[in-house]
Amino acid sequence: MRDFYGVTLDSPLMLGTAQYPSPAVMEAAFRASGASVATVSLRRETGGGQAFWQMIKGLGVHVLPNTAGCYSAREAITTARMAREVFETNWIKLEVIGHADTLQPDPFGTLEAAEILTAEGFEVFPYMTEDQVLAQRLVDAGCRVLMPWGSPIGSGLGLNNRYGLKTLRAAFPDIPMVVDAGLGLPSHAADAMEMGFDAVLLNTAVAQAGDPAAMAEAFGLAARAGVLAAKADPMAPRDMAVPSTPVIGKAWL
Amino acid sequence: MRIDVNGEMQEVTGATVAAALAELGWGDAKVATALNGEFLPAAARDGQTLKDGDRLEVLAPMQGG
Repeated sequence: MRDFYGVTLDSPLMLGTAQYPSPAVMEAAFRASGASVATVSLRRETGGGQAFWQMIKGLGVHVLPNTAGCYSAREAITTARMAREVFETNWIKLEVIGHADTLQPDPFGTLEAAEILTAEGFEVFPYMTEDQVLAQRLVDAGCRVLMPWGSPIGSGLGLNNRYGLKTLRAAFPDIPMVVDAGLGLPSHAADAMEMGFDAVLLNTAVAQAGDPAAMAEAFGLAARAGVLAAKADPMAPRDMAVPSTPVIGKAWL
Repeated sequence: MRIDVNGEMQEVTGATVAAALAELGWGDAKVATALNGEFLPAAARDGQTLKDGDRLEVLAPMQGG
């Protein structure tokens, strides 16, 4: 199994901590999902940060700080440095956003920041499109995990470019990959895992569900089902029907 | 002196970032700081003096996706 900078995860589910109706619901969702990683951010302290941090620590999961909302490499680098000190981890989910409507990552800013951060000892999880050339440049920059998007953040559209994701997966067999963003249903998570990805990262689909804890559990099960399926070597699809019941021995009626 | 703390102008008397943080109630808080757009490590706060108009960002753990 591929690991994440030396860390083997118990569950292929990474869950965001934002947008829940309450902290208690978020906690329930984490427990129900079995998620192994929680994504967090840094924002201006207005009073709630300390209690939030205590709650996250109590979850007993790995913490993946993000640079969400950064629109330049410079901003993302500074945020990453601050996050490393507060969260005491070299892990950073590098987000350099290129467009406000699609929240599409800026490949140039992402690469620039990844080069600097890996040189500073960060273990970078770059949020990226499924572009294979960008993937190679990020690997060349020292990234040992890639995080291609499924579809735009918060859209719930699932795997928008299955061909692109499939070829990306095949092109980098040794690089752990997380499908991050755009997943809306547990079937999307199972789909990504069946395609051979190593984890999925989602937030809105669980946090904004009518019953976040139940949806979290569904995502946890789906991701696990996808892993089992991928390991079980799925059959190849074919265009024509092939009877599964033996033809020989059928009665002459 | 008056400095910009998280986007708001504040009057502080402390001469260093560490003193200003204590004055603002963040002496023991788990926060990260940036001064004028550059990361300022916790270990450097004691030695970092402030001047009028400095821009201090004080960030804390928060929800994220």
